Amino acid sequence: MTVRPMVNRDSQFFWDGTRAGELRIQRCNACGARRFPPGPACQSCDAYDRGYDVAAGTGTVFSYVVHRHPPVPGKELPIVIALIDLDEGVRMVGEVVDVSDEEIEIGMPLRVDFNRIDDELTLPVWRRAEEMP
Amino acid sequence: MSPLSRKAAIAGIGATEFSKASGRSELQLSVEAVRAALADCGLGVEDVDGLTTFTMDTSSEIALARELGIKELRFFSRINYGGGAACATVQQAAMAVTTGVADVVVCYRGFNERSESRFGQFSLAAATQVNTNGLDNAWTYPMGLGTPAATVAMQARRYMHEYGATSADFGAVAVADRRHAATNPHAFFYEKPITLEDHQASRMIVDPLHLLDCCQESDGAVALVVTSVERARDLRQRPAVVAAAAQGSGADQYVMTSYYRDDIGIPEMGVVGRELWRQSMLAPDHMPMAILYDHFTPYVLMQLEELGFCGRGEAKDFIADGAIELGGRLPLNTHGGQLGEAYIHGMNGIAEAVRQLRGTSVNQVPDVPHVLVTAGTGVPTSGLILSA
Repeated sequence: MTVRPMVNRDSQFFWDGTRAGELRIQRCNACGARRFPPGPACQSCDAYDRGYDVAAGTGTVFSYVVHRHPPVPGKELPIVIALIDLDEGVRMVGEVVDVSDEEIEIGMPLRVDFNRIDDELTLPVWRRAEEMP
Repeated sequence: MSPLSRKAAIAGIGATEFSKASGRSELQLSVEAVRAALADCGLGVEDVDGLTTFTMDTSSEIALARELGIKELRFFSRINYGGGAACATVQQAAMAVTTGVADVVVCYRGFNERSESRFGQFSLAAATQVNTNGLDNAWTYPMGLGTPAATVAMQARRYMHEYGATSADFGAVAVADRRHAATNPHAFFYEKPITLEDHQASRMIVDPLHLLDCCQESDGAVALVVTSVERARDLRQRPAVVAAAAQGSGADQYVMTSYYRDDIGIPEMGVVGRELWRQSMLAPDHMPMAILYDHFTPYVLMQLEELGFCGRGEAKDFIADGAIELGGRLPLNTHGGQLGEAYIHGMNGIAEAVRQLRGTSVNQVPDVPHVLVTAGTGVPTSGLILSA
């Protein structure tokens, strides 16, 4: 069983995005400031008018953990979880799915992918970034 | 001089035994601890007109009042954010007493967080709470990050990367705590000291945290009786005067997951520290010892830096060579801390600070005029400076 996120009006666009295969980052329509996690009032100019950018989906590892104990619902342990600095200048937590606990390191480039849980929920996950063609 | 400083005192302390299976309800544990604290200072339930606890506590102030036989309460309050509430309960009590809102306020915390709802487990309740904390947790729990150890490990890994601290540096905190617990008959780990080798050999829980970097889930309760300094001086015990009491929340604050700041870490403890030094007109050099919240070892290093005992990244050198053990430059957590005595959400550390000021600790530090105590780390938090 996967842990489902609590969602409200301020965060619905993000989860709509993952379902559509997009990693959406809130952007202020007044001043252009990006932020993650999202929220109703711009932290730079106080505006409520907001939209989003679709992130390129690339970033680097800022920090990471290897979770071994205790059990995590819906996961087979160990799992690697990273704090990722996105190229757009925001930071988010994500599971890293194709990098072993021996290989993960701060600074490693990652690329987002999407893990469809069911019709309602798709989670962003992260993989080692491949060389761009 | 701060209008709050040196007006109120902790007059009495009480606790149940600390165990892994108390065999009683959480409410009963708190009732027992409050009775013990009142007996310690010689007050009766009829003297109590205020109660304060953690938002997380499952026993309401009114339920406790009913069981204790307190007829009327004039002050009751709760503080949020897990263990960050510990010292803030004393702040609440001190503010109530200083303003005359209440005369005798008891701070309490009681739980069966080992034998009932276990704090170390992945918390579905935290992920599904219907409030902004639940919404904040949407960015971590579904991704698999949802135990206290994991949230701290993320901070610890970055701290190691930035400042060159190692797992062995974290281990020095565990070794100190366990040395102190080894001579404390009330501690889980009485007569069970560890070596750094034991720490390094203990299994990984969430890299980079080993088992011995983590406190143990505990059953038990602690209560603290707060009244005016004048009234406390007429009671049975030497008062522990509240020289300073502060709360702190930092920029872009979250509960356990303040990961979106440029420089992560625990600046909220810096807020607490600056306020404690300002209110008390004291400085780190005046502290012969301290009780620093130690549910996980890395945050002890980070606290020493935020509180001004050493510079940023210097804690690994500050704590080396037994400096934080009894007889060292700054003994920490002389009761054994939450790693060695029990994890009672920081309240047992406040009780130890009171014992040190009375001169009755099992690991007494000579001539203690002041003790700094901190509450939960990685969350909006609080702190105290208590004086003899």
